[in-house]
Amino acid sequence: MTRWSDRFPDNLRARRIKARIFRIGCSVLTWLSVALLAVLIYHVTRAGIGWLDWQFLNSFWSRRVTEAGIKAGLLGTLWLVSITAVLAIPIGVAAAVYLEEFGGRSRVNRFLDINISNLAGVPSIVYGLLGLALFVRWCQLGSSLLAGGMTLALLVLPVVIIASREAILAVPKSIRLAAFAIGATRWQTVRYHVLPAAAPGIMTGIILSLSRAIGEAAPIIIVGGATMIFFTPEGPMDEFTALPLQIYNWTTDPKQQFQELAAAGILVLLCVLLLMNASAVYIRNRAQKSRPW
Amino acid sequence: MVTVKVTETTSAAAVTQPSPSASPPILAAQDLTIRYGEKPAVVSVNVAIPENRITAIIGPSGCGKSTLLRAFNRMNDYIPEARIDGGVTYRGRDLYAENVDPVEVRRRIGMVFQKPNPFPKSIAKNISWGPAINGFRGDERLLVEEALKKAVLWDEVKDRLNESANALSGGQQQRLCIARALAMEPDVILMDEPCSALDPVSTARIEDLMYELKHLYTIVIVTHNMQQAARVSDFTAFLDAGRLVEFGETEQVFTTPKDKRTEDYVAGRFG
Repeated sequence: MTRWSDRFPDNLRARRIKARIFRIGCSVLTWLSVALLAVLIYHVTRAGIGWLDWQFLNSFWSRRVTEAGIKAGLLGTLWLVSITAVLAIPIGVAAAVYLEEFGGRSRVNRFLDINISNLAGVPSIVYGLLGLALFVRWCQLGSSLLAGGMTLALLVLPVVIIASREAILAVPKSIRLAAFAIGATRWQTVRYHVLPAAAPGIMTGIILSLSRAIGEAAPIIIVGGATMIFFTPEGPMDEFTALPLQIYNWTTDPKQQFQELAAAGILVLLCVLLLMNASAVYIRNRAQKSRPW
Repeated sequence: MVTVKVTETTSAAAVTQPSPSASPPILAAQDLTIRYGEKPAVVSVNVAIPENRITAIIGPSGCGKSTLLRAFNRMNDYIPEARIDGGVTYRGRDLYAENVDPVEVRRRIGMVFQKPNPFPKSIAKNISWGPAINGFRGDERLLVEEALKKAVLWDEVKDRLNESANALSGGQQQRLCIARALAMEPDVILMDEPCSALDPVSTARIEDLMYELKHLYTIVIVTHNMQQAARVSDFTAFLDAGRLVEFGETEQVFTTPKDKRTEDYVAGRFG
């Protein structure tokens, strides 16, 4: 290329090379993480697929490998996630709406702000201890599904709040002003414009947090989820077990076949997770269609 | 939050009157000062907006035009650091008095923004939502039709009222925003550079529309565009560095300005 000015030495080649290096680096890292996940799924599938049948899904805990199943764990997990969702979603979204739309910048609110961010980083076992002290003992809920679900709700609440706040913050201010300018109150503006527009982002936060809740074993162990449960839960006050607990229990067994059962359990957990996320993504995409900015 | 200090006396006589021929003022600012933090945006402005006329507010960028406009329907309430001293009266009532609900103020004094901001909903819903939340009882479809006809948009959209407003062109969106404001049957419409994001054809249509509407409404328009101010407005206020330099009938301001700064500005020598 001809040089038309000495003050602009030709550096285009170097810039192009840097851009290419960065692009290749990004794609290598992306594929690396996907490959790791693929290897994991491959190993788990190879070990567990042979055990995955109706008998496995429809049986309770057993000493005998051929008779062992995850019925109690699967139903327990579904109960737990439902209780967690019912508690964490309304409370989390309400907190986010308050902090973003109504709270203002008072010192109390800034204090709340910092605390919520920090709570998102607290180890899950600490939430387990809190759940044990607060719900199991003090509220006298015992080692019930309700106590477990409430503990998991506490655990995911900061994530729901933070994600919902980000989604609310991303709604253009011009939409709010448009509503205010025709005599809408703050609540009407939030209810009819901000929340519908923020819904896809809020859904993403909910997906992430419930996915986390479904895989937690530590807090469930602490609040007293049992392994040997020989009945299906009928209500929120029943004792329970959960998939991660059964998986953990089997992995600690020295017998090779129990290891394979654990793999089968992981496959079931992954399927539940995928189903849950797929339905949430479907709902989110439908909501997104009405938001074309 | 906005802290409000209101002067006790709000006599109209203290306010700059444009000319004896003008209709009585519908909106008036008395010794109005608005600060963002420590920085004043509007300084001791006295101005009276005549009813059923178009009043243009002109001035260089950052002179406080939009801030002054937003004071007329309390939209500055949503700028957390804005502080207001002095008063604004609407038909003689202090807009910043304790017992005044800003929602009620905005329900009567509508606003059209610089960038078209339709709701991401259907065209019909854009019009009907405001009246609906304000307790409108009547035929919603008729209301939508009336508002769109007043905004000269009806013929272009009558077959797709249930489609998204975001599919409209920029100029159509802005007329939809005007229709949305009109559906509230407002007393005053404030327009904050309504044509700055539009092409000349759309601009001309909005200007025609303003001309049609001024017999029914009071319009206050902030504009960068002096030709626009000269074309559409009856009265012109010239602001510089937050101060009202000159206010009078548009023809007088543009042809025989009393202040040297106004003369330089309208002649295009600065700003």
